[in-house]
Amino acid sequence: MKAYQCGALERTNILGRAKELASTELIEKTETKYFTFANPPSELSLEFGGKLGPITLAYETYGELNKQKSNAILVLHALSGDAHAAGISKNDGAIGWWDNLIGPSKGIDTNKYFVICSNVLGGCKGSTGPSSINPATGKPYGIDFPLITIGDMVNAQRHLIDYLGIEKLLAVVGGSMGGMQVLQWMVSYPERIRAAIPIATTLKHTPQQIAFNEVGRQAIMVDPNWRMGDYYGGPKPVKGLAVARMIGHITYMSDVSMEKKFGRRFRTEKEPYKFGAEFEVEGYLRYRGDNFVKRFDANSYLYITKAMDYFDLLNGKHLRDVFKGLKAKVLVIAFKSDWLYPPYQSQEIVKACKLAGVEATYCEIDSIYGHDAFLLEIEEEAHLIKHFLSRASNDQRPGV
Amino acid sequence: MNSAVRLDYQIILNWISHRSSVLDLGCGDGTLLTLLIKIKDVHAQGIEINENAVHDCVTKGLNVFQQDIDTGLSEYADKSFSYVMLNQTLQQVKNPSFVLKEALRVGKKVIVSFPNFAHYSARISIFFKGKVPVTPALPYAWYNTPNLHFLSITDFKNYCKKKNITIEDAAFTARNKKIMLLPNLRAEFGFFLLSNRLKNSKNIH
Repeated sequence: MKAYQCGALERTNILGRAKELASTELIEKTETKYFTFANPPSELSLEFGGKLGPITLAYETYGELNKQKSNAILVLHALSGDAHAAGISKNDGAIGWWDNLIGPSKGIDTNKYFVICSNVLGGCKGSTGPSSINPATGKPYGIDFPLITIGDMVNAQRHLIDYLGIEKLLAVVGGSMGGMQVLQWMVSYPERIRAAIPIATTLKHTPQQIAFNEVGRQAIMVDPNWRMGDYYGGPKPVKGLAVARMIGHITYMSDVSMEKKFGRRFRTEKEPYKFGAEFEVEGYLRYRGDNFVKRFDANSYLYITKAMDYFDLLNGKHLRDVFKGLKAKVLVIAFKSDWLYPPYQSQEIVKACKLAGVEATYCEIDSIYGHDAFLLEIEEEAHLIKHFLSRASNDQRPGV
Repeated sequence: MNSAVRLDYQIILNWISHRSSVLDLGCGDGTLLTLLIKIKDVHAQGIEINENAVHDCVTKGLNVFQQDIDTGLSEYADKSFSYVMLNQTLQQVKNPSFVLKEALRVGKKVIVSFPNFAHYSARISIFFKGKVPVTPALPYAWYNTPNLHFLSITDFKNYCKKKNITIEDAAFTARNKKIMLLPNLRAEFGFFLLSNRLKNSKNIH
């Protein structure tokens, strides 16, 4: 099952950067692989009921799996990420979205660890999602695609880990929605992980977070080209998706980082009509929005944001019971200026760890970059992750 | 005991039993916790507010929470650690009374150490020079000290008595030597091993 073509991301830019960096610490020529499972009649059961299959997950791996299969780390991506987490893509020369963290001698050292990253269920970068062909109709699913949850994404990943022959992951790592998947792994498959690193994330989506996602979804759905999700083969709801992405970008930055990056500066080339993009910040958001539509499917945006909104790890449970019996070590990281997933939400995760007697570490990194910091404030983050992982992989002593 | 270990650490190490659990409030860069793991094989958890110190702890492989200890203990169940340590920390928290009460709730035993404000050098500074003391134990000027509260060994003993806190053991030091006689006058630092347990022999020393 081949997913809907998403297009390359800022290809020329990336290629230029790739060449510049190629001689230093990049993994060259990474390749996306595909794993298909849940073939009928053994489809994957979904949390909201119903079944889905067959399912394809696009994934990449970096480094070598050791003989004991004890050095595998699963990296989990955020809303708009994909399987290409590190290195230069063999296909289009793009650099991985967390390349500054993953690679030889980096925070997640591919000389030591076997790193896996897959595109989430519901995505549009090679994994099964609403833009994939529905075997029942021979046409893209569109909004016939079932509603999915973070739990379903993690269940699908577990199939991939089984397929790769890994009994126990050394660690699961991710930020934002990737962090939600980390937390879900801690609850769904506690016996299959030795360490967990949830970054800039939350135990449950709050009304504010749901509200921002809803504005994004409304922008897509009021685009006349959306046509109840049935736009494949015709004009796409690019205007709506671009606006959704613009809203997203505002929430990923901080007041201070925007002031630093744009100030009140005007753009050099002004547009000859009223309400054009005059301020630099306007130009930036439009550029980001316009680029996003080339690489992302609007229906995937609807499904994935909904999965984030449904995310509630507590689900009526008391905080003290959520990680009960968890043996894995946990490193929780938050960023001071992150107002989309504020540090208090990470502190809730820490509280749950304390209540359950889970071995944990919490660090609040002083960064101005807002939520984006988990992709940008790499030095501190890499330092913490590197030392935490090395302890997790060396420490065979059971927790007291 | 290892003679290369600093005297203040030795005093604390002597009080902590093998394979016990320790919560260090204000653990700094984690030097003492690392020592406790190495020598006493303890299960260690630190709490520290300073980000750089937290990074140092992670480098050493410690479990540490970057948090304010004035509020950080509420999730822990009663007596969930063998020891809670407040090593040179109590005088720096906003609400020492509350923190000590929480430490005694969470720990079976509590270790407290602090600089003694009634050391003779401090008394001389105030009485003869009319200046707030700057001494080896209190090396800060009034405008940059992290110490929010100034107490003496006698103050602390009286406080424990008032609050029915049992002093199980105590030690006093000055210039890296133990002080046995007149500690409130001669000691730069006081170390106390506390519990909530009611004992017949209430106060040692």
